[in-house]
Amino acid sequence: MALIEAQNVGKIYHTGKVETQALREASFTINAGEFVSIMGPSGSGKSTLLHVLGFLDRNTEGMYRFDGKTIDDYSSNELARVRNKRMGFVFQSFNLLAKATVIENVKLPLLYSDVHEKLWDEMARHAVDSVGLSHRIGYHSSDLSGGEKQRVAIARALVNNPAVVFADEPTGNLDSKSGAQVMGIIENLHHQGKTIILITHETYTAEYAQRIITLADGRIENDRKVREDTKSINRHFVK
Amino acid sequence: MKLRYLFTTAGTSVWTHRTRSLLTILGIVIGVASIMLIVSIGKGAEKLILDQIGGMGADTIVVRPGKEPTGPSDFADTLFADSLKDADVAALKKKSNVPDLVEIVPAVIVSGTASYRGETYRPTTFGWSVELLSRMFKVYPVEGILFGEDEIRANANVAVIGAKVKEELFGIESAVGKNVRIKDKNFRIVGVFESHGQAAFLNVDETIVIPYTTAQKYLLGITYYHEIMMRAESPDVVAQTVRDIEATLRTSHKIPDSGENDFFIETQQGLVDQISTIIGVLTAFLSSVVAISLVVGGIGVMNIMLVSVTERTREIGLRKALGATNRDILSQFLVESVLLTLSGGLIGILGGVLLSLAASLVLSITVGTSWGFTLPLSAALLAIGVSVAVGLVFGIYPARQASQKSPIEALRYE
Ligand SMILES: Nc1ncnc2c1ncn2[C@@H]1O[C@H](COP(=O)(O)OP(=O)(O)OP(=O)(O)O)[C@@H](O)[C@H]1O
Ligand SMILES: [Mg+2]
Repeated sequence: MALIEAQNVGKIYHTGKVETQALREASFTINAGEFVSIMGPSGSGKSTLLHVLGFLDRNTEGMYRFDGKTIDDYSSNELARVRNKRMGFVFQSFNLLAKATVIENVKLPLLYSDVHEKLWDEMARHAVDSVGLSHRIGYHSSDLSGGEKQRVAIARALVNNPAVVFADEPTGNLDSKSGAQVMGIIENLHHQGKTIILITHETYTAEYAQRIITLADGRIENDRKVREDTKSINRHFVK
Repeated sequence: MKLRYLFTTAGTSVWTHRTRSLLTILGIVIGVASIMLIVSIGKGAEKLILDQIGGMGADTIVVRPGKEPTGPSDFADTLFADSLKDADVAALKKKSNVPDLVEIVPAVIVSGTASYRGETYRPTTFGWSVELLSRMFKVYPVEGILFGEDEIRANANVAVIGAKVKEELFGIESAVGKNVRIKDKNFRIVGVFESHGQAAFLNVDETIVIPYTTAQKYLLGITYYHEIMMRAESPDVVAQTVRDIEATLRTSHKIPDSGENDFFIETQQGLVDQISTIIGVLTAFLSSVVAISLVVGGIGVMNIMLVSVTERTREIGLRKALGATNRDILSQFLVESVLLTLSGGLIGILGGVLLSLAASLVLSITVGTSWGFTLPLSAALLAIGVSVAVGLVFGIYPARQASQKSPIEALRYE
């Protein structure tokens, strides 16, 4: 069974009397352990798709299944639980709690989990360690650089050991060096067996993945495998 | 989410906006402090009054003629009612009628001025037993002596006067042995009381006491008494003694079973209850006026919480994306508003205690040393309860708003 299964998924936003079809007839499956990039120009529906996939929003058309279940199969509490245990989110604008320290930010998902409190510290330290920020553990997140902030956000996404990490333009606000560092961490996660769904509009970032789904105007325009040989060339070019 | 984290999260948020938080809870601080002050002063006043009444003894029973007054105008009737006579005193004195009485003294109230060589003064003049008064109010002569049973039996023209009366009529001269004129009759002063001040409803300093027999027959020419004062053996038997007195007087007045009493009986217990009730009502009234400020404070808290929810829309979305349930978010904001109002309550209690302490210092100087500071513990507990309740009531709406935000709306919010 595929981890993620979309059949003719569509999303229509209603704002007052205006209807926006942000997504239409999206069909694909993603297996556990896959690394998939979603590309497309601004407004093409990338974030919308990610929100539907991450159970942050409801599809208005078609059928979307995660772990074989649709969003309507869950109560709102169960949804919160699925997001907490099975999913990790990384956003373009980091979304850290500015007044909290690195470790406090990373612990945040554990507060809402059923993990025993005794383990929180160790799990959070481990996650911070895995993004290479042990030396910043007591810093307030407002005192960090952009790249460091995004690495904290990744640690936060990882801390509860999710099956899937959803990342919406994680390098969008970063310079190319920090961006490469963040992508290195994400690539590593993939090697550790996590499913990665990454939104980006940069081809060289997208090519960290094994597969790229391209959206245009809310429709899937292309769904292709990434050739291993082009990958290294593109990356070399950026560095 | 664990309770401890709810509190640390809320605490951090409140502390981050300290100035705003402080201004927000000011209404509650002032409200709680005022209530504490009112209750403390009320309790202090009650204690003061009860202490003074207590001086008269819980074993004291007073019978007055006429119907029990239900309003101020009824008191005038008491002065002219003539149902209490010598026969009643005699009946009450019989052990077989009222076994537990240790003392029975009738009293007559004489109105009018007293004068000495052109100096006049308007004292409260009682035809009474001066020994009983001395014992009841614990006031003793500084000069001369008290008259006793012999003078009462003999209808003697003798008087004991209070310190103020002495000063007004005689100045620094000695008063003992001199004659004071009351209602055109001369009374020889045998004693002068020490200065005592106000005690319960009587200011001994402004009082002249003469034998009740003299006052009744010689001065007023009446055959009845204005009241009969009695003491029971102990406060425990007061209730039974009151019933005995009532039965005795009904028999002696030949009142049929269905008839209404033409006298009424008062005990200190009744007065104590009345005063406690009056002060209680007054305190409750003032407190409820002040409670309005708690409502206003609550609205202030609601307002700030709504602002806070809007400001933190992104944070709410993030928490939801990370696995917070609606209930987690609801509790987070509810705990925050309760924390706000509770700290308001606690600061208010502290302020109230300090204010009460200051007030009791001022009052003990102006009113008298017997004014004691009462820590209104029950009011403090109530204040804590009320401030938590205000936080819950006014926090629930903003907290619901927060909990119902969808994660997407929240994350998109700029
Ligand atoms: N909450 C919403 N209400 C109404 N319309 C929306 C909403 N969210 C997105 N849209 C619209 O849906 C379309 C797709 O938006 P989406 O955010 O998915 O694009 P995107 O591909 O992520 O773009 P970008 O690269 O700029 O982030 C856009 O036309 C957008 O205006
Ligand atoms: Mg987007």
